[in-house]
Amino acid sequence: MAEGAQKEYWRWPEGTWVNPDIDWQKGTIITAGVDVGSVSSQGVVVVDGELYSFGNTRTGFDSPDSARKAMDRALAETDLTLGNIDYCIGTGYGRVNVPMAQRTITEIACHARGANFMYGPEVRTVMDMGGQDCKAINCDDKGKVLNFMMNDKCAAGTGRGMEVFADLIRVPVWEIGPRSFQIEKEPPTISSTCVVFAKSEVMGLLEQGVPENDIIAAYCAAMAHRIMGLLNHLGVHEKFVITGGIAKNEGVVKRLEEALGIKTAEQVWYKAEYQDCPFDTQIAGAVGAALFAEAMVSKGKVKSVRKA
Amino acid sequence: MIVVGIDVGGKNAHIVVLKDGNIVAKGEAATGIQKAEAVETLYDEMLNKTGFNREDVTRVVATGSAGKRVAFADGVIADAVAGARGVNRLIPSARTVIDVGAEEGSAIKVSPEGKVLDFAVNEKCAAGTGTFVETMARALEITVEEMATISLQSNSSIPMNAQCAVFGESEVVSLIHQKIEKQDIAKAVHDAVAGRIASVARIIGLEADVVVIGGMAKNSGFIDSLTRETAMDVIVPDDPDFIGALGAAESAALGV
Repeated sequence: MAEGAQKEYWRWPEGTWVNPDIDWQKGTIITAGVDVGSVSSQGVVVVDGELYSFGNTRTGFDSPDSARKAMDRALAETDLTLGNIDYCIGTGYGRVNVPMAQRTITEIACHARGANFMYGPEVRTVMDMGGQDCKAINCDDKGKVLNFMMNDKCAAGTGRGMEVFADLIRVPVWEIGPRSFQIEKEPPTISSTCVVFAKSEVMGLLEQGVPENDIIAAYCAAMAHRIMGLLNHLGVHEKFVITGGIAKNEGVVKRLEEALGIKTAEQVWYKAEYQDCPFDTQIAGAVGAALFAEAMVSKGKVKSVRKA
Repeated sequence: MIVVGIDVGGKNAHIVVLKDGNIVAKGEAATGIQKAEAVETLYDEMLNKTGFNREDVTRVVATGSAGKRVAFADGVIADAVAGARGVNRLIPSARTVIDVGAEEGSAIKVSPEGKVLDFAVNEKCAAGTGTFVETMARALEITVEEMATISLQSNSSIPMNAQCAVFGESEVVSLIHQKIEKQDIAKAVHDAVAGRIASVARIIGLEADVVVIGGMAKNSGFIDSLTRETAMDVIVPDDPDFIGALGAAESAALGV
């Protein structure tokens, strides 16, 4: 493509991590979760219910390939192979296309379960802000879903919407959050709900000479406002956490907190022994899937498919 | 008496000059972001073409989503009023007017006198607008005109799951990857827009005759989809994108 050399402002950093404290060969049950979302895919490996490794990557055009890529990333820095895994569960938008998975579970259940593990049992509301949809989930102390609401019809308030905006304003997506606070005062929000219309509104503002950071702030505020509608409908309860890619954007998160009058929980592992592990809000779904797999194998509900 | 109607929409401006009730000139221009400047230029061009001065014009009425940005207008009327009046002049039997432009779609219930009885509008979202079609044409790497032509050659019916234009774009890309024929994708896109606008129209109820105006009315693929979606004959007047401006000019003649 002729535009190949053009900078890709939407491109966020991909990640990999392996737990140095775990020797998988000493583990009894090794399970995996693969979350193939519309924008990103994650693979997570759990050894006896403890996080062993994960990989986070961008989803390509082909779901099975994206699932393999995510799992490859999770396994890349380990000597573990797919054959060593007892059971694997697929989740996310592309969950039916996860070749290494024996079963699928919806991403709503997985995000609630994953958030429970990552942020602790006090979590009651999980807002999963994914690439192409957002879901507000209320759950109990076991991470079991009590109720949820989702928007999957409209890009406003989704990661994809933020990527489109980043490309338009030519600012890398991870700089959007910090730059949205480099302003003199909070500007009026973008009035268009629709991302496509917001695009023309943003062009107009740029033309008028409105500072870039003000426009970034206005867009973050518009997105926070959009998400708030969903949360108010469902009811938000503390501990309130955000999972998914937008959780990494403080420009949206802080404005959402302000509008709701509720703080989100700090992005740190509930279990102190993980303090050196990077906290990646995008892996919650895959973590949940891997934990469900672990529970099923350990309770004897499913048979291990382990080959080696 | 010389009057002028100008319709400034999301993307284009249209202007109609009436002299004693007859159309003596019309013109259009892309407005871009500097809408106020673009319409001034368009107005001056029209006057040059006709040989009139601004002083010769009795009244200018503006309409459209950016109608308020027309500094030289003596009055501004709502899109629905302009659409209803413009259609009534050409097709008095019209009872439902569907107006689909670049950034909004509306349905208007019209009286035999051309008055607005009821209307429903989608202006919040690009689904069901010309922008949706343009976005998909870009993903297909063809023009909107080519898309209209090829969609008429499609015999298959594949549904589009996405309502949102942003998601629709990814869906079109994945359909291309699945080696679905472009003509079938084009039809799916027009069906999706027709479905959205028909659901807006159903809010007020579809009553014959149904007349379609606005830039999207020039898209034969969309008109075909809308005919199937509504299971009604839909009438497209000549120059359907000028009807709003015509209605505004008619209003100017009436002294509105």
